[in-house]
Amino acid sequence: MSLLDVRDLAVSYDARPAVQGISFTVEPGEVVAVVGESGSGKTTTAHSIIGLLPPNATLDGGRILLGDSDLATWSTRRMESIRGAQIGLIPQDPSNSLNPVKTVGAQIGEVLRIHKRGDRRTISRRVVNLLTRVGLPDPETRARQYPHELSGGMRQRVLIAIAIALEPRLVIADEPTSALDVTVQRRILDLIDDLRAEFGTAVLLVTHDLGIAANRSDRLIVMKDGRIEEQGPSGQVLSDPRAAYTGQLLRDAPALSVREFRAVEQTPEEPTAEPAIVVHNLVKEFRVGRRPFRAVDGVSFEVRPGTTHALVGESGSGKTTTARMVVRFAEPTSGTVTIAGAGTVAAPGTAAGVGTVAGAGAVAGGRAARDFRRHVQLVYQNPYSSLDPRQSIAAIVEEPLRNFRLGDRAARRRRVRDLMERVALPESLLDRRPRELSGGQRQRVAIARALAVDPGVVVLDEAVSALDVTVQAQILDLLEELQRDLGLTYLFISHDLAVVRQISHTVSVMNKGRIVEFGTTQRVFTDPRHDYTRELLAAIPEPVR
Amino acid sequence: MTRYVLMRVGQAALVLWAAFTAGYVLLQLLPGDSILIKFQNPELGLSPQQIAEIRAYYGGGDPPIIGYLHTLLGFLRGGFGYSIDTGTPVVERLAEALPETAELATAGFALAVLIAVALAFAAGYSRTSWLRGALLAVPSLFVSVPAFWLGILLIQVFSFRLGLVPVIGGSQTQQLLLPVLTLAVPISAPIAQVLARGIDQVYTQPFVPVVAAKGASRWWILWRHVARNAVLPALTVAGMTFGELIAGSVVTETVFGRNGIGRLTEQAVNAQDTPVMLAVVVLASTVFVLVNLGVDLLFPVLDPRLKASA
Repeated sequence: MSLLDVRDLAVSYDARPAVQGISFTVEPGEVVAVVGESGSGKTTTAHSIIGLLPPNATLDGGRILLGDSDLATWSTRRMESIRGAQIGLIPQDPSNSLNPVKTVGAQIGEVLRIHKRGDRRTISRRVVNLLTRVGLPDPETRARQYPHELSGGMRQRVLIAIAIALEPRLVIADEPTSALDVTVQRRILDLIDDLRAEFGTAVLLVTHDLGIAANRSDRLIVMKDGRIEEQGPSGQVLSDPRAAYTGQLLRDAPALSVREFRAVEQTPEEPTAEPAIVVHNLVKEFRVGRRPFRAVDGVSFEVRPGTTHALVGESGSGKTTTARMVVRFAEPTSGTVTIAGAGTVAAPGTAAGVGTVAGAGAVAGGRAARDFRRHVQLVYQNPYSSLDPRQSIAAIVEEPLRNFRLGDRAARRRRVRDLMERVALPESLLDRRPRELSGGQRQRVAIARALAVDPGVVVLDEAVSALDVTVQAQILDLLEELQRDLGLTYLFISHDLAVVRQISHTVSVMNKGRIVEFGTTQRVFTDPRHDYTRELLAAIPEPVR
Repeated sequence: MTRYVLMRVGQAALVLWAAFTAGYVLLQLLPGDSILIKFQNPELGLSPQQIAEIRAYYGGGDPPIIGYLHTLLGFLRGGFGYSIDTGTPVVERLAEALPETAELATAGFALAVLIAVALAFAAGYSRTSWLRGALLAVPSLFVSVPAFWLGILLIQVFSFRLGLVPVIGGSQTQQLLLPVLTLAVPISAPIAQVLARGIDQVYTQPFVPVVAAKGASRWWILWRHVARNAVLPALTVAGMTFGELIAGSVVTETVFGRNGIGRLTEQAVNAQDTPVMLAVVVLASTVFVLVNLGVDLLFPVLDPRLKASA
């Protein structure tokens, strides 16, 4: 008998169907991955099994058989007896999934207290055992600490300890690593694998990342628009997808597609044009309490015009701080940034040669600074928060033109229409507000806005990280096309090596404020020289095809 | 941490000084003259020259800055001067009135917190939407009820109609009952509102489903996880309501005929008795500042994240 047997499940939110006709099984000790993009219903499916749907959701039909009992018919009180004990949950976002005002130890011990497994003493012993088991050093100290004193990876280990504390038969892992750095991601997935092998726990792995699903699961369920598109053994689904949608997902997932590297067209011997961006010995210090902290420590690189340079690194590597100095949102402590056609910025008080724009003026305004802003534009990570929710799309795209007083009204309106066409958005969206657009459409609007003043350099800060893979692929294609047509130079900031591999010509790998490796994308990916680069590369799932 | 405590204490002292100064200046600027109110009565038969001498005795002839420094020094030593109205030391008058008000305010505040917590928790726990809506509407009703009207209404209903509480006489508890209720109702409203909103907000945090996934019951989640996180903003508001508590006691004590600080204030205002008014202002701000200092110092204890930043 299957451990979990879901039959014809249907759930709706406020009478709007969310998932329909969902049927699948999970065998004991098996890893089943549910893959889909946002809105596909994968989380709804997972949460209905453990009975944690939001209040406006209703179970319209179907059976959820755990062993012989149909959980769909159970009362809340009965569900409480199996949550934590028979079904564990590893949540998505470790940073907010622990109660900030309780110690880590208390929160692990809680699951034992709720199910009345032992007295205070046995529980605190068990907590230390669990912390050791999930690989946290110095478990006695950790148990007394609060969540904010632990790193993201450590918090996720704590959450795993909670999920496995009572050795449940099934663990639901809802995007367990999507908020973590790649190297941490890999270790967490390894840990889940080990624990599964040790306790024989089955895992229902919910993920948007086809690469992870491919590497870590026995069977794969592909969901789209609230229905199952395809399911079967992972190898079979990946090598011989039946549904067209699965094929598209496979093509679009950067980790799985083996595209050609983008090569720099000019050969090195050829006399090259002046570099579009030159960053020289850039340093940024922050004061944390009394000690100065070097977020960026002697970073130098050059970017040729019309190419894409990627700054890749994990959180805290200094890549975003470097980008902020390049666009002059932050002042360097020392070092220079030179952008062809827009002057040099140096740390205040240092001589940086002819054409230097004083650092202070960069942030404050002034003519030179305004020219700079025309030449260098920025596209942010989050297309939800980088657009003013009260403005229409037309007003958003037009705003830079108005700020720089470019053209009259009619000319500006024509320009906005051209830009919309460039980023392949229908004109009918011009009167809409940002919230009426999808994530991909919003990011296109942000790109159109950045292009409005004809910049030479565009800095893309995790510009595709928040998007689903199919949308991500479309935006990456758009960026490539725009670069070809307009001769743009990109500085592409990302933590995602698979995306970097696809879009960039050259790469700088950053770690702890320094560039540890620099080279063409092909060289760095095929012949990494630094240990840290190798570790990063080992952490991306292998291409299966 | 020590730095944080010292900073807060320093700020509290600064606020107190500012309150004293503002109170002093405003009372000096008030039109009217307490000495004239008291001594110009023709029956007393005082000549203008004698009144001028009395004025000099109370320090009326000094340049303003000397008067200010003199009074400030007196306050720092704990001497609040003499009441112009009765001639007795202000300290004595305060000492007489304070216990009555302390009793009323403490009981009123305790009841307000009780009402607020009960309302907010009931609303947070209830799953029936109409009941929730009804519970959440109660604070808005409470805050819009004028204290004097509520006091009179309570006397009408409980004393005259139902005869449950005697109007005059009765035990001390009986005497306290209605004034405390009158005081508590409007004060409970903002605390209940902020607490209920806090509870709602904490419920949307991702850690709540994680606790539920451990098998915790709704009550367990509310009591052990949500409440602790929601209490911080409510605590701030509770500290702020202490100001209203003092204002509320003026009305309540007048309506119920209690001889407390509220009544004293009322009398002092009528007689333009500046020393008493200034003492009341300083007393009220001292209590207010101390309560809020306590709240500030309690914050890092309740939320460990603030310990790091403090």
